[in-house]
Amino acid sequence: MAKSPPSAPSLTTPQERVAFFQQLFSDLIPHNKALGLKVVAVARGIASMQLDWRKELVGNPESGVLAGGPITAMLDACCGMSVATMLKDPKPFATLDLRIDYARPATPRKPVIAEAECYRITRSVAFTRAIAHQGDPKDPVAAAAGTFMLGTKGEVTRPQAVGRELMK
Amino acid sequence: MSAPLMKRLVEARSKRDVSRVAEAIPYAKWMGIAPENSTGELLTRMRYRETLIGNTHLPAIHGGTLGALLEMAAIFHLLWETEAQTVPKIVNITVDYLRSAGPRDVIAAAKVTKQGRRMVNVFAEAWQDDRSRPVASASAHFLVTAADEPPSL
Repeated sequence: MAKSPPSAPSLTTPQERVAFFQQLFSDLIPHNKALGLKVVAVARGIASMQLDWRKELVGNPESGVLAGGPITAMLDACCGMSVATMLKDPKPFATLDLRIDYARPATPRKPVIAEAECYRITRSVAFTRAIAHQGDPKDPVAAAAGTFMLGTKGEVTRPQAVGRELMK
Repeated sequence: MSAPLMKRLVEARSKRDVSRVAEAIPYAKWMGIAPENSTGELLTRMRYRETLIGNTHLPAIHGGTLGALLEMAAIFHLLWETEAQTVPKIVNITVDYLRSAGPRDVIAAAKVTKQGRRMVNVFAEAWQDDRSRPVASASAHFLVTAADEPPSL
């Protein structure tokens, strides 16, 4: 599946949008792909991803509970995707800080879903919050708050330039 | 608590070889994260592999993996340097991203900021070539008694 990044896709249906974001934010980002992250929803300022349970991602072999690491990586990725949907003018950005509260152990063998929201964006900083749950957002596995620095060094990556297309 | 892990810890302590502790943790093995104490100081290394990349243009290691490394470094520190009888349970962690991390190994060290009866505050720092130029740091809380709610590892 070594397709080059799509340039001007049709994003008229939610399915097309999700498929496009799946390619940019999971298939083309090596660590997200390795985790098997699935984009499940996207809208302006909103991103949702799913992480399926796998034995390699377990922290405690006795209980089968996932390690914190994969959940941390998904929350970071999901918060980052919510920022990308808010950028009218593409610019490189990077995570500045990320706080995670681990509310309860994730139930083994069940997927974990992350829902992130970019609730404020300024010239230099984007503010996000997210939760991870297993079907009931009122019973979260983890809660996160992430801030992102905008206009960092380097070139704009394809995922970082996606906001404009979403606003068409 | 994780019996295989605590058993591994007892073995590792008797052989003074901390690297064995990581073998009982599937996620640590999958990530190439393992503690080492060859220099006398407990360090945790994340071996570079292509699947750690988060930005292919720079290229840079995924921020989430740096958070995971710092968390594992804190856990290994608590297991090895304190008389932990159970696997510490993480309550929360705040990661500060200081520089982008290039496609190379990342090393982390942790220290206890405050040890309470039930709660421990740990500070951890990660770097690549130059320890005085850290790529990320974190502070985290762990419950160290057996009975409480948040997840272990």
